[in-house]
Amino acid sequence: MAAPVKDPKIQVKRPDESIFKRLTRHQLFIPLAALALLVLFNLIADPTFFAVTVKENSLGNPVLSGNIISVLDNASELVILAIGMTLVTASSGGQDISVGAAMAIAGSVILRMVCGGQVSADTMQTPLVLAVLVGILVSMIFGAFNGALVAYFKIQPMVATLILFTAGRSIAAWINNNQLPIINDLGFKYAGTFLPGIPVPTPIFITILVILLFWLALKFTNLGLYTQSVGINANSSRLNGLDPKLIKLLTYVILGVCVAIAGFVRVSRSGSINYSRIAENIEMDAILAVALGGNALSGGKFNIYGSILGAYVIQFLTTTLYKYEVPSTALPAYKAVVVILLVVLSAPVVQEKLASVRKAPAKAAKEVS
Amino acid sequence: MKKFFALILSLAMILALAACGGNNNQPANDTQAPSDTQEPANNDAQAPADTNEPAAPATGDLITVGVINNDPNESGYRTANDAAMRATFTEENGYKATFYNNNDAAQQIATAQQMVQDEVDFLLLSPASTTGWDTVLQDAQAAGTQVILFDRMLEADESMYVAAVVSDMPAEGKTAVDWLAAQGLDEYNIIHIQGHMGSDAQLGRTGALDEKVAAEANWNYVTQQTADWDEATARTITQSVIDSGKPFNVIYAENNGMARGAVAALDANGITHGKDGDVIVMGFDSDKWAFEAVLEGSWNYMGLCNPLQADTVDSIIKDLVAGNAPAQKIIYTPEQGFDCETLTQADVDTYGT
Repeated sequence: MAAPVKDPKIQVKRPDESIFKRLTRHQLFIPLAALALLVLFNLIADPTFFAVTVKENSLGNPVLSGNIISVLDNASELVILAIGMTLVTASSGGQDISVGAAMAIAGSVILRMVCGGQVSADTMQTPLVLAVLVGILVSMIFGAFNGALVAYFKIQPMVATLILFTAGRSIAAWINNNQLPIINDLGFKYAGTFLPGIPVPTPIFITILVILLFWLALKFTNLGLYTQSVGINANSSRLNGLDPKLIKLLTYVILGVCVAIAGFVRVSRSGSINYSRIAENIEMDAILAVALGGNALSGGKFNIYGSILGAYVIQFLTTTLYKYEVPSTALPAYKAVVVILLVVLSAPVVQEKLASVRKAPAKAAKEVS
Repeated sequence: MKKFFALILSLAMILALAACGGNNNQPANDTQAPSDTQEPANNDAQAPADTNEPAAPATGDLITVGVINNDPNESGYRTANDAAMRATFTEENGYKATFYNNNDAAQQIATAQQMVQDEVDFLLLSPASTTGWDTVLQDAQAAGTQVILFDRMLEADESMYVAAVVSDMPAEGKTAVDWLAAQGLDEYNIIHIQGHMGSDAQLGRTGALDEKVAAEANWNYVTQQTADWDEATARTITQSVIDSGKPFNVIYAENNGMARGAVAALDANGITHGKDGDVIVMGFDSDKWAFEAVLEGSWNYMGLCNPLQADTVDSIIKDLVAGNAPAQKIIYTPEQGFDCETLTQADVDTYGT
């Protein structure tokens, strides 16, 4: 009420597509502001945070090292998951909480393949490509299981995926006969560490590749349009000739692929797995990334770049907290603060108030970055 | 909708009936599904036996035991420990055993209480945390259930349990710290990566180091963080220290998995470690691959924590049933520290799991 002139800008988000660009700017406002805040904090507190140095790793390869590299590197799994999670959120209006457990399954399958069933292997028993493909396939099947429950049995996504959330880690352990396999082949670790002669961590390349694939898919296929329309109104999209169930199922299968890639990156960082700990609580971070990206958790319109940015913000926060030696057990509490801020910020009451003062902080954010 | 409710109701009824069945139903949140399949003889036989369960202890056919352990997937140590318990407490060995695995002490306590109510003959405990067990122990005593601790201690009067077959965690920590002190470095800048906070293993291994760091001027913590036994978290913690540029020369990780994670961060940054390296790497437990890392000189030290207590517990129970109290209340599993100078292949074969 205070600023009736500027109100429509925010209210218009849903129905109108002609101002898509403006919308994008608005949607990315929160993650960009959060990122700017973190950057600003680190600049003031300790500018050496941003130092990047070239070192030589133990294999004699030059590698880049520094907090920023750590952020980009460690955020990889989360970014890949957040992309898939955005699609699932958009189509089904709910989130898949089983991604961490599903990563354990994918990682377990891949390790089982490359170790050939042994507890410890010095060389890969199966070609890496085949192992990863099988991991992706298995992960797609589990994604389809989740998707079928959501799309065809109309179970709430969070409840449907609770099944795999509970059972996933046990399944992962069962795949390897409850043993913790270890692969010592350097070739296996390329994906999680460095390729010989290339100073940038490989997960960064994998992430860029995945982002690129999704950019292409959203640009040249109807995936984005169909997902949005199903999420906004499943009935009317059915009347327009789409099959909402199939599209929902498809998004869960796509998330399955993302999960497998993230799981592969995670296990190839160390060449081993710990079923109960691997990617623990990553589902919460992935959902948070989607929310941070300004996507409605109730589905419909989405922006994967917002989620990607959100994922980097979360990792930036984590790395910052580690730098200041916040106990790792206390990290979730800090993330909770972010969630509270987000929820309050996106509440309609606050949005109205903010609309009148929005321009000033937006400018400030640009200057900093 | 009606059908759905009917289904839910019938499920609830079935579950309620099952709950009346007694102590041998696997708790719903048991993470042990995989192992169950490995030992069908053990678990499958339990369900039908439920009905005549009260008769079993009286006739002395089978000794009922409730085994509360941590999550076998938490580490290689726990995997070996859990597997040994499951292999020992089988029907062939004269036991009717119920297993429960959880890293959450509250869940462990709740299940232990249930097992006491179900009047198991013996309650075998590997507590996830050292405190909070008083009520369970009192109830057990009142119900005539004998409590035997394995692997980890808890804070209670000795009269509350009949025996404890445990690792001497403070001694493990002391051995490791003494070894480190013997290395004669000018300055000790330590990255200390802790296990699950409040567990016996963490308290013992942290305690010795804390004492030394407080006592010696040239012993400093670069960072002291818990990674909750997790390799990836340990790697992140180490990487963040490296990124901060603070000098360090010791990694004291409270289990092998976390030491491995820290070493991955060292390798990625070209920091040498082990026998001829800049950084001393220390781990704990019994994993074969860790022994091999020490043997190769990639690590400097591993404190052995013996996971195989099952046989000792087994013989104690058999003695107790025969009417003989154990000679010692607390039995420490034989343990020692190994370093890269003295470790031999024979040790690896003997102690590696």
